[in-house]
Amino acid sequence: MTHAPNVPKMNTLFRLQFEKAQGCFVLLYPEGMVKLNDSAAEILQQIDGLTSVDEIQHQLQQKFPQAGDIRDDIEEFLATAQAKRWISYV
Amino acid sequence: MSKDAHVGPPLWLLAELTYECPLHCAYCSNPTDLGKREDELTTEAWLDVLTQARELGSVQLGFSGGEPLLRKDLETLVEHGRQSGFYTNLITSGIGLTEKRIKQLKAAGLDHIQISFQAADPELNDAIAGRGKAFDQKLKMAEIVKSEGYPMVLNFVISRQNIEQIPQILELSCQLNADYVELATAQYYGWAFDNRDHLLPTQQQLRHAEATVNGFRDQQDNAGPQFIFVTPDYYEDRPKACMNGWASTFLTITPDGSALPCHSAKILPLDFPNVTEKTIADIWHKDFSFNHFRGESWMPQPCQSCDEKEKDFGGCRCQAFMLTGDMNRTDPVCSKSDDHHLITEAIEQAKNPTAPLKHRKRVADIALMKL
Ligand code: SF4
Ligand code: SF4
Repeated sequence: MTHAPNVPKMNTLFRLQFEKAQGCFVLLYPEGMVKLNDSAAEILQQIDGLTSVDEIQHQLQQKFPQAGDIRDDIEEFLATAQAKRWISYV
Repeated sequence: MSKDAHVGPPLWLLAELTYECPLHCAYCSNPTDLGKREDELTTEAWLDVLTQARELGSVQLGFSGGEPLLRKDLETLVEHGRQSGFYTNLITSGIGLTEKRIKQLKAAGLDHIQISFQAADPELNDAIAGRGKAFDQKLKMAEIVKSEGYPMVLNFVISRQNIEQIPQILELSCQLNADYVELATAQYYGWAFDNRDHLLPTQQQLRHAEATVNGFRDQQDNAGPQFIFVTPDYYEDRPKACMNGWASTFLTITPDGSALPCHSAKILPLDFPNVTEKTIADIWHKDFSFNHFRGESWMPQPCQSCDEKEKDFGGCRCQAFMLTGDMNRTDPVCSKSDDHHLITEAIEQAKNPTAPLKHRKRVADIALMKL
């Protein structure tokens, strides 16, 4: 497993925002919208182009101590997010 | 019976600010009756429309037209839209854009500018657009849009006029560093319907174009522009799920304030409400015209007993109306429709156009030219 200082950053094409009418976070991009589930939204909210994956994991673990080991979930989601070009690495 | 039980918000709000446009594309889907400038909504009325729609749950806001840049209050509307939480899209021909305006719009919070191109070189582009120097202007503006940090989306309307240029169009899109590129074959509404015989590519041309785009995409290696190719449904067996279902997702407001479930619905023999007379919530949830084709109870045969009706909702009401004269019929594109021969005949007829190509113009302009 890589614990390199890999720092994800949002693709500026996408805007993360809470939508009251949808009751969830969404990603907005030119003429489109994706609804996010809670864990995806939690992870994306931690991404600021400065915080590494390790730190994100640490922060989320503190926020949700009952969640157990979330490393795999985070990595899996980040891989999807990268494939969809929502994020890239600094 | 209320059909309203599961109606979600109008996620997409299309604000057609004006039908005025400096270009004269024959594929334009604006109505052939362009209305009067004096009847356009005021700034206050538009601001109110945006506020109301946002409260109802609209999230994507498109400013289009015509050419929306012709409205001097565009920046004000963008600012209000962005501040209320919309993702704001400007859909423009690029004519009338300046570096200063691109920056002002950015400061107002505009999220995205989509520039339309008619072709990949000045000669053909300007011939289709009916205006000299249009291509150079678009090119310049596209570069500034990119350098100002907007997502860059290019839109090429594909027709028989430019379909042979697909390789050059792909190349130009890469040169301009576009993020998304829509290669959308013209939809036959408004002016484009009258010009269909000149615009509809042959099936062979389409197959070839699509294969070229697919081939290009395969060697792209997940870098460069994302190309989206949209074929005309005339060559399909099933109609498109028009507007994702009548009044399910899209709300169009025309320059004079008419509220429509799709930008071409004004041609239908239905009375559509106006935002100066009714609230957006009333229009969306209660108006007769919006409820009319919601759900399935309106559907004729063969749709009524078809197991695909949840996929395409019986197709496009405007297309059914334009081709059969009856908006309640199955979209003739469907091979199960009794009217499907109309499509095959249209394809045949397009091989030998009889009427001349009609560039989009105001009747008044045409009268002036004849003087
Ligand atoms: S299609 Fe052409 S003529 Fe019609 S609004 Fe767009 S740029 Fe103007
Ligand atoms: S019959 Fe109607 S519902 Fe069935 S596929 Fe054709 S258009 Fe769609």
